[in-house]
Amino acid sequence: MSANALATHGLNKNFGSLVVASDIELVLPQGVRYALIGPNGAGKTTLINMMTGMLQPDAGRIILGDDDITALAPEQRVRLGLVRTFQINALFPHLTALESVTLAVCERRKVARTWWRQLTAYRDEIDEAYDILAALSLAPVCHRLTRELAYGQQRLVEIALALATKPKVLLLDEPAAGVPREESRELFAAIAGLSRDITVLFIEHDMDLVFRFASRVIVMVGGRVLVEGTPAEIAADPRVRAVYLGKARHEAAS
Amino acid sequence: MTSEAIPVRPVQYLQAQMRWRWSEAAFWLATLLPFVLTPNYLVLASQIAITALFVLSLDLILGFSGIVSLGHAAYFGVGAYTAGLLSTWGWGEPLTGLVAAALAAGLFGYVTSFIIARFRHLALIMITLGIGLVLQEAANSAGWLTGGFDGLQGIHTWRIFGRFRFDLYGYTAYAYSLAGLFVIFLVARRLIHSPFGLALRGIRENGLRMPAIGAPVHAHIRTIYTIAAIVAGVAGALLAETTETVSLEALGFQRSADVLVMLILGGTGRLYGGLIGAVVYMVARDQFSGLNPQFWYFWIGLLLIAVVTLLPNGILGGLAHLARRLRVTP
Repeated sequence: MSANALATHGLNKNFGSLVVASDIELVLPQGVRYALIGPNGAGKTTLINMMTGMLQPDAGRIILGDDDITALAPEQRVRLGLVRTFQINALFPHLTALESVTLAVCERRKVARTWWRQLTAYRDEIDEAYDILAALSLAPVCHRLTRELAYGQQRLVEIALALATKPKVLLLDEPAAGVPREESRELFAAIAGLSRDITVLFIEHDMDLVFRFASRVIVMVGGRVLVEGTPAEIAADPRVRAVYLGKARHEAAS
Repeated sequence: MTSEAIPVRPVQYLQAQMRWRWSEAAFWLATLLPFVLTPNYLVLASQIAITALFVLSLDLILGFSGIVSLGHAAYFGVGAYTAGLLSTWGWGEPLTGLVAAALAAGLFGYVTSFIIARFRHLALIMITLGIGLVLQEAANSAGWLTGGFDGLQGIHTWRIFGRFRFDLYGYTAYAYSLAGLFVIFLVARRLIHSPFGLALRGIRENGLRMPAIGAPVHAHIRTIYTIAAIVAGVAGALLAETTETVSLEALGFQRSADVLVMLILGGTGRLYGGLIGAVVYMVARDQFSGLNPQFWYFWIGLLLIAVVTLLPNGILGGLAHLARRLRVTP
């Protein structure tokens, strides 16, 4: 196993004349917390969609560990450990939180095709799901239908679902989108507490959260990677200030 | 109080939800009542049990997995013709007839499932409708095999276990159909409470999210579609064996539409919804057509509009809602 968890080489994607990804070269070492920032329309979600196989790049390769996964289907990539969450909640409204996470655990342990044994025979799977929910403070509401949960709790179920697949690389698309500021700190604290074996890349607009929780930052503009570096380097970079940070800081201050 | 107040181990909580309820025992005991109360209607009771099994099969794909179908009679018909043909060729043993029908319908289901798994919603309605129509016309033109428009002639079903003769009053027929329904119901009940059943509900709830938790959605759909086809095929074989006739109507559009109506009437995704829908629909048809033979679809239409407007989750959904309210108010 190479020390790099995920890498992209020469990723390109156009929608007609609109360039959404242009020669994206990224190498993410194992265990690092990356923030992916950039103005709206910079191609951040598109990049995650390509990494996870929901969108096929026009050109380029995606390498997970030592494997070229460019041609694999999304669920195959998940089973190899490349997992994402969604910016807009994409959950199972009429399953309880426990059922949802148990389902993800069962899929990972390859027992989800068993139709002749009752689910309750899979005590380990259910307990594992419960432990994941408990670690995210969701134990008290684990038997509630997902649609009845508060929005912030639903965001946590998103993360619980991702964790249940035992990811090596976790891509979080605005994990705190729509969550009140106070709760979003708790949510990021949960992310920061994840095992150091997991490489995390998250899209986030709140610069305070970015600088607090990311060990490295990637800045995208117009489908290109503008610069990649430590938070301090990014904060000091005049190009970043020009296209992005100055504006964001200005907004935050006002 | 909600479950939050009492901390229970999660496994125990789920076990409690899957436990057999008194209402279920009452339902199955009630299915024995026709033997005593309405012995003159056992032929009808047998057809209701068979139809209920067919509706159950549709519930597995539509109610639990979100796969819409307007051509489900195709698999019913394959089962019916398989059992019927075996009998006309000289093998009228009923149980092996069911097995043969299950194999044939399952094979046809498996082959077609590769198309089904790729589509959803409106496209799926058109494709299943197409499969049904193609099969019906194929059966119609293959008159040398199926008897075409006149149906299969000369079906004779042997005694069950060499002992129980199919009588004119339908005693044996109802017992046989009911046993078939009950056994397959037990399997279906286990299936929906299994890890696979949970995965099916996941597909119904959010099929697009499933790949993101590593689920092979197409493979899951192929499996449940094949299983549903087998169940439909067994239902078809039961009808062929108990009535000793098979006609094109067995795989016609009307049957596909009727089964969908019964399921929606009773309530989708609830196991018992389809069974209750079949009972209500078949009894209503029997009664209404007795009152006014050429006019009964009018009443069926009214019933359907009334149920869907007043009880959006079907009769069983309405009952469950009522039960919840009764439990809360006192």
